[in-house]
This record gives sequence, C-alpha cells and structure tokens, in this order.
Amino acid sequence: MERRNFIKSIGLTVTAGAAPWVNTVQAQTGPIRIGLLSPLTGVLAAGGKELVEGFELYWKQNGLTLAGRQVEIVIEDDGSNPDMALQKARRLVEQRNVHFLMGSVLANTGLAISEYARSSGTPYFIPVVAADELTQRKRVPNIIRVAGYSASQMPRPLAEYAYNVKKVRKIVTISQDYTFGHEQCGGFSQTFSELGGQVIQQFWHPLNTADFSPYMAQLKNAGADAVFAMETGADANRFIKQFRNFGLQGKLPLYGAMNLTDQSVIRTLGEEAGGIISSAHFAEGSDNAATKKFVAEYVEAYGKLPSIYGFSLYSGAMWVAEAIKKINGKVEDKTAFLNAVRSIELTNSPLGRPVKLDSYGNPVYDVFIRETKVRPDGKYWNVPIQTYPGVSQFGKYDPEVYMKQPPYSRDFQGIKKS
Amino acid sequence: MLANKKQMVYVILALIVLALIPTLMPGYKTSIATEILIFAILAMSVDIMAGYTGRTSLCHGAIFGVSTYVVLHYVTVIGGSVWMGALLGVLAAMALTMVFAALAIRTSGVYFILLTLALGMIVWGVCLRWTSVTGGENGIRGSVATEWLLNKQNLYYFTAICFAVVTFGMWKFVNSPFGLTLKGIRDSESRMRTLGYNVPLHLFIGFIVSGFFAGVAGALYAFFNSFVSPSTVALAQSVEGLLMAIVGGVGTLFGAIIGSILIISLENFVSLYTDRWLMIMGFLFIFTMIFAPTGFLGAARNFIKSREKR
Repeated sequence: MERRNFIKSIGLTVTAGAAPWVNTVQAQTGPIRIGLLSPLTGVLAAGGKELVEGFELYWKQNGLTLAGRQVEIVIEDDGSNPDMALQKARRLVEQRNVHFLMGSVLANTGLAISEYARSSGTPYFIPVVAADELTQRKRVPNIIRVAGYSASQMPRPLAEYAYNVKKVRKIVTISQDYTFGHEQCGGFSQTFSELGGQVIQQFWHPLNTADFSPYMAQLKNAGADAVFAMETGADANRFIKQFRNFGLQGKLPLYGAMNLTDQSVIRTLGEEAGGIISSAHFAEGSDNAATKKFVAEYVEAYGKLPSIYGFSLYSGAMWVAEAIKKINGKVEDKTAFLNAVRSIELTNSPLGRPVKLDSYGNPVYDVFIRETKVRPDGKYWNVPIQTYPGVSQFGKYDPEVYMKQPPYSRDFQGIKKS
Repeated sequence: MLANKKQMVYVILALIVLALIPTLMPGYKTSIATEILIFAILAMSVDIMAGYTGRTSLCHGAIFGVSTYVVLHYVTVIGGSVWMGALLGVLAAMALTMVFAALAIRTSGVYFILLTLALGMIVWGVCLRWTSVTGGENGIRGSVATEWLLNKQNLYYFTAICFAVVTFGMWKFVNSPFGLTLKGIRDSESRMRTLGYNVPLHLFIGFIVSGFFAGVAGALYAFFNSFVSPSTVALAQSVEGLLMAIVGGVGTLFGAIIGSILIISLENFVSLYTDRWLMIMGFLFIFTMIFAPTGFLGAARNFIKSREKR
C-alpha cells in the first residue's frame, strides 16, 4: 500500500514537473495560430467577406506552412461592432491561444481591439483599419499597419488634384460619423483649405443610414462646386444610388474616399457608379503587370474583381509570411517578430512597386487618382488617371509638427480660416 | 430569515457552486462566468418590472449602459477613483430611471413597452452623437479595474459576491409587502386602487429599485469590459435582458439567472462550432414559447408540482 502510494505520488510529481516543459517543446514546433477578425455580419459584411477571401487566397497559393510549422487560421466575426470585436479578440487570444491578431475593418472596432492588444501585448496587424492615431499619437510597438494605410493619408492628394487640376474652389463634404470619416474629411479639408479652397459645409450621418434624402437636398443647395463623400459598405452603395436618383449625378462632381468606389460597393451597380473620382494606392484597373496578374488570379479564384479589402489582406498575409520566414517561424519571440515585420520591404506585392513602412509603422505609397470607368463587359472599375508619388501618412507636413495639432474629429477638421 | 431549511440548503449549495467556478472552469471560461453573473443581474432587474409588476420594459439596456458610460467616463476622462465612479454610475442609472418612470408609469401594456423603447432610443441617440463626452461610435476605452481586480479570478470573486448580495436583496424585495403590492398591481390595478393603494407611487418606486439593480450590473460591466460604446445602451441590449428573463421564466426572479446562463453560453460555446448560432438561439426561443411559455424555471416548477400532486 505504502509503496503504491509512493510510486503514485512520485509519478504525479514528475508529470507535474514535466508538464511545463512539454508545453515549451510543443510551442516551438506546434502550429502558428493566426487570429483573423472580420466583419462577417453588420454594415461591413460585404467587405468583411472579401477580407477573408483575400487572406485565404495568399495561403491557397503558397500553402499553409511557414518555416516548417503549420499555419492555423482562426476566423471570428466582429459584427461591425466594437463590443463584439473586443469580445472576439479576447476569445481568440485567451481561449484559442493565437500568436497574433490581424484584420478588422471599421476604425471603431479596430480601436477597441487595439486597446486590448495594447494591454495584453499581443501583436496586432491592421491592413485595413485606418484610424490615424494607431500609427501617430497613440502608437504602440505591437500594433503595426502592415500593408495598410491611414485614413487621412489618401484624401490629401485628392484635394490637391481637385484644386489644382479640376479647379474646384468650393467643396461640401458628407461622411459617416465616426473616426474614419472624420479623419478622411479632415485630411481632405485641411489640404483643400490650405491651398485656398473653401469648405462650405460638412454633413455627418450615423453608420447604417438607409435614407440619404435629407442630405441630398442640402448637398444640392449648398452652392458648392463639388462633393466629397466618405462612405463605406452598405452606406456607400445606397449613397451612390440615391445620388443618381436625386438627379445629382453629372450635375455635381462627386469626389469620393476610396471606400466609396471600392469594388465591394460598385460591383453590383451600373451607370450610377460611373465618373466618380477617388484616390488610393490600389486601382484594380491599373496597367501595372503585377496588379493585372493579381486581378486575374483573384477573378479566377472568386469570380469577381478584387476590392481594397481583398487586396489589403492578401498583401498583409504576404508581409506577415515574409516576416515569419525571416525569423524562422519563432513567433513566440514577440520582439523579434515585430522587428522583423517592421524591417520588411515588400517587393512582390500586387502593387508592382516596393512598399516600406515609415518609422511610425505606416507604409508610404504612390497614390493614384482614379476614376470609375466602364469595362467592355459592362462592369465598373477604378482606373488611374494621375499619380502622386511617395505619399506618407503625414502628407507634406513634418511628422512632429503635424502631431502637435489635435487629432481629426467632428470638431477639428484642420480647416484653415481664410 | 429564509422560509425553511430546504431554501437554506439551496442557498448554501448555490454559494458553494459560485465559489468553485474558477477552479472548475479556469481561464477564459471564468470570464464567461463573470459575464453571465453580470447579465443575470440585469435580467433579474428586468424581471422585477416585467414579472412582478407586470410592466414589460425595453429601456433597461439603456439604464445599464448609462451606468457603464458614467463609470468609464469618470475614471478614464476625469481621472477619479474607481469606487466613486461605480457609485456615480449607479446613481446616474437611478436618476435616469426616475426620468423614465415619471414619463412611463401612467401607461401600461403595449404602450409602456413602446414608450420605454423610445426612451431607450433617445439615450442611444445621445450616446451616439455627444461625441465629446461619450466618444460617439468609438465609445470610451480604458481599464477601470483597480490593481487586484485586474486579475480575472479576483474580478470573478468580486462579481460573485456582488451578485450574491444583489440577488439576496432582490429576493427580499419581491417577497416583501412592497413586492406583494407590486404583484397585486400586476394582477389587477383597479382592485389595488379601490383597496386604497397609491398605485402610481408604488410603480414609481418599483421602477427605481429595478433601475438601481440594472445600474449595479452596468457598473460591474464597466469593470469587466473596460469598454463601452453605443451598442451597450442600444435596444438590442434591452431585448437581450428581457429575453433572458422570458426564457428563464418571468416572475420567477431566478429564472432570469438560468436565462442568462443559457443565452451567454449559447453565444460563446455554440458559436465555436457553427456560424449559425443565432439560428439556434432563435429555435431556442421558439421552443420555449411553444413548450414552456412560463420559461425554463416556470416549466420546471410546474413539472415538480405535478409530480408532487401524484
């Protein structure tokens, strides 16, 4: 009896002592788990689905192994809602033990997840979430905008184009009332007003606005030369349709954020989507060989033209994969992993030109001014009509000086009083 | 204190189970248990109105969320102490309930539901647009837990203790003479009036008590979630609280706890296996309404009663 108990207790102690060791051995050769958050339901459901598709396309083409380890992707729906996004982020890290988080679309969901990433130290890569703050005033070392862009980065060249090339002098803006909208409008308005233009009025509406009629009448009567519209997801779709229904298409030039004319929005639209000018680093109608190849592969895999969501996550996957290969798969070493991600210069992205991060964690791009044109098969896509090279998240401003001004919000749009 | 020995045994068993949860379900599951307890308090507060007073409301989510907003705003923006913030949150919830009650108690039935729905939506609209105070769509983020509450286990124990105290309070309240008056008002308002009871005053106070408990749940939620956004005060939150009360059994108080366990477990565990968990939740509600309209606890009690008769 005594001996049996003795053996039992020794056995238990040995197992208990060995258990932590077993874990660490497994950790180095177990699978690399990636937690992908995406709005599969809610106002950004269309974009969210494509986010997952773009991500999966990369792994389909390159296989689910990196540096000898299996890659496991766990996908969770963030519901286009920050509460749910936070819950899912917690679940992914604490229950599913993912090594790092990626994804999300809306700035408010991204900010909620970032708060969690900041306090838990989990690396979080955001190819789509464009909230300026995350790579500016509130940047943290473990949140990097891999293959992404910051909200106010893209509209600045558009403001220059509108003022200098199209001679627009008075503009009215309409946007979804949340960070992404505030920042895009802020980026546009600040540049436009500093060039000498006038921002007559700004309209803000909640996400998921079904009826734009109160705004359409006001846009018409504002006395502006053009409209800048920042809409995403289902709102963008509805806005474009109602813009035409109210007779404004063709009468009032429409400039949009890249999300307004994104493939996920205009894919199902007809003539109402034509002639809208936007700015972005990616244009599916570009002549560039690498872009054309990517578009062709995407069409073959999913039967539709790629949107910014598909493209961004594809590039994001590529970026992260290169970083993981660089550190030989040791994703558990967070510092080494993050440093590798920062040092990558992506040479074979679908943009066809090398992409690098600036010292604040956001990439620098050549920005295209694009116009929505019709293809021979009747679909609309974004074709580049001008390029503004080397645009960073700070535009033409000095980073330190820029960050002294308050972040863009409803109250501060950087409009220069003339 | 308690009616009989059998009840004492149940209470002690329940307390033991509560205390053992972190050991039985460690790690992430403890967080889920904390969440279940917080929403159980909300659901029970809804039941006080819906079950015991006969006034189904759709504004408790707003009351709950306002408490969360006040706590988070006070601690992260004004930089005050956590406990003061919690107190202010509960007080704010009660103040809001007073406004709601003053407007709504003259109505009943469907009109009461609609009026509370509208009032809840007003709160949502304010939280959405008053960006300088509430952060608008982005909400307010920031850890409001004190050092020792940052540990998930400690947070669970703290919530469990609050839950036990609050549940006991609610139980005593609905079984007190005041609570019995509320039941009387539910059963026949005109009769209560002829008996000389001040019905509007009883409704007013009952509503505020219910709002107080919803506010407590909201403050605990601030500790748990470290984040609040307009969806916390939205209609969906009120509906969820009401659904928990209904599925568990309106008018049973403890049914709301079962409802909370069922719904939150479903959200978290079933969604691991399928994307269609919302559909399963829908089936659960349909099933409950067809086979157990008095809710799970109501059905269980009927079942036990029918057994005892034999």
